[in-house]
Amino acid sequence: MRHSEGRSKHDGRVQAGIAELYRQQSRRVFATLIRLLGDFELAEEALQDAFTAAVQKWPLEGVPANPQAWLVSTGRFKAIDAMRRRARFDKTIAEHGHWLAPESTEIEDFDETTFKDDHLRLIFTCCHPSLPPNTRVALTLRETCGLTTEEIASAFLSSPPNVAQRIVRGKAKIREDKIPYEVPAPQELPERLDSVLSVIYLVFNEGYSASSGAQATRADLSGEAVRLGRILLDLLPDTEVMGLLALMLLHESRRAARTDADGDLILLEEQDRSLWDQALITEGKQLVDRAFASGHVGVYSIQAAISAVHADARSADHTDWGRIVDLYDLLSQAGPSPIVELNRAVAVAMRSGPEEGLKLIEAIQARGELSDYHLLYAARADLCRRLGQVPDARAAYEKALALAKQEPERRYLAKRLQELER
Amino acid sequence: MKFVCLGYAGQSQFEGVPSDEVKALMEECFAYDDELRRGGHFIGGEALQIASNAVTLRFQDGKVAVTDGPYAETKEQLGGILLLEARDLNHAIALMSKHPGVRFGPFEIRPADESINALIAERDKVAKQQKVGK
Repeated sequence: MRHSEGRSKHDGRVQAGIAELYRQQSRRVFATLIRLLGDFELAEEALQDAFTAAVQKWPLEGVPANPQAWLVSTGRFKAIDAMRRRARFDKTIAEHGHWLAPESTEIEDFDETTFKDDHLRLIFTCCHPSLPPNTRVALTLRETCGLTTEEIASAFLSSPPNVAQRIVRGKAKIREDKIPYEVPAPQELPERLDSVLSVIYLVFNEGYSASSGAQATRADLSGEAVRLGRILLDLLPDTEVMGLLALMLLHESRRAARTDADGDLILLEEQDRSLWDQALITEGKQLVDRAFASGHVGVYSIQAAISAVHADARSADHTDWGRIVDLYDLLSQAGPSPIVELNRAVAVAMRSGPEEGLKLIEAIQARGELSDYHLLYAARADLCRRLGQVPDARAAYEKALALAKQEPERRYLAKRLQELER
Repeated sequence: MKFVCLGYAGQSQFEGVPSDEVKALMEECFAYDDELRRGGHFIGGEALQIASNAVTLRFQDGKVAVTDGPYAETKEQLGGILLLEARDLNHAIALMSKHPGVRFGPFEIRPADESINALIAERDKVAKQQKVGK
């Protein structure tokens, strides 16, 4: 009796270890299996088969010295075995199956470098620029993060068949266009990395932008993006990867402070800063310092640096607005855009008074830019209000309200408009 | 997740096809079902007789009317169902895309409604307990 109790305790420990290994490493094993088998779906089956075999064998035979390598070779063996069985009755398999005769049946030397490279290959393939942007997002979340089609659909307020189609078409394109499963060459890397970073940032923002409804799922999306950012930084310690991770962490640090009990938006200046998560801020700031120490900062690192200046101030009034304006100047050089210009105008208003800021906003408007962007009118309205130009402020709030789509933002603008009338 | 895969086929599709050929086609489907079983994906299935053996009940003018034949008069009729266990919809698509049956007619893949199934399972449990009590 005692023996079997010990046995089941031992089994339970091994099973819990396998479950943990699945959470931590299954996507890396999957990434290597894709390279070896040349096919996403074969690799997915092989991955599940390998973990099933682990659940059966490890409690009896003990956990192998290199569990990941064991899972990869077991998965590959199972896939080849399955294909041989299927090829007996399905001729089409024999025709396109290069894996039927793998050049080497010996177990590769699966070291940490191999796994890291394969994981990067998977990330870069899912974010390939020849795929439509929303396909990149869906593929990354499903194949790289391990989310289900249904989870992705619910997070993006879409239907499962819609997301499923995107994923099916994306994989078909990878196959048909023969998109190579590789880490881009150094000369291609900046552009390709840009695509990966923008996918991660898009996922983060989807989870961060306050929206009614499935709030919990959306916060999970931000968590996924941060997790992916950490993985990417571990695989590829590039300055902008540091910058993006820092930016996400610094934004994330304010999550508890940026909405009130009713889910209404609270602007940065009005947030209760004691609610900011100091651990995330510390980590974010360290990454910003590391990025700036490297000398080659890009748009993500600079935005993170701006966010770090806010994190340092105990109130909006105590913010080093001069430093923020300087950083916006740097950002305009790295990636000029009217939105950056608008944000710079707001910072200038804080540093030198609303009049200076308003001049800059009017310059953007005079060029006909951002004419459909609700935040331009919201910023304009705020500066007019501070200058006591009530009719101008009212007109701008009304325009902003007409253009804003998100409920919390609309409520905020409506409230401001109401306050103006008093 | 549980998916119900509805396999459709033309009613006259296998007319005139030699019986050993039909047998070979079926064998192919069975062999793939075995593959699904191996991965724990095959939960069950039911083959259906031809649609002309069906009757359809409708509630009309306060009573149940019975008509011959299937509910929908379409060229392709439901020929069988397969209960599939898959990680998500894309996994179900991947598994069923390789099923030889898809070459003979369309598959409709529908996720099982687990919230209603949970209610049914609960009633089932209560009914069984009552039986034991007697």
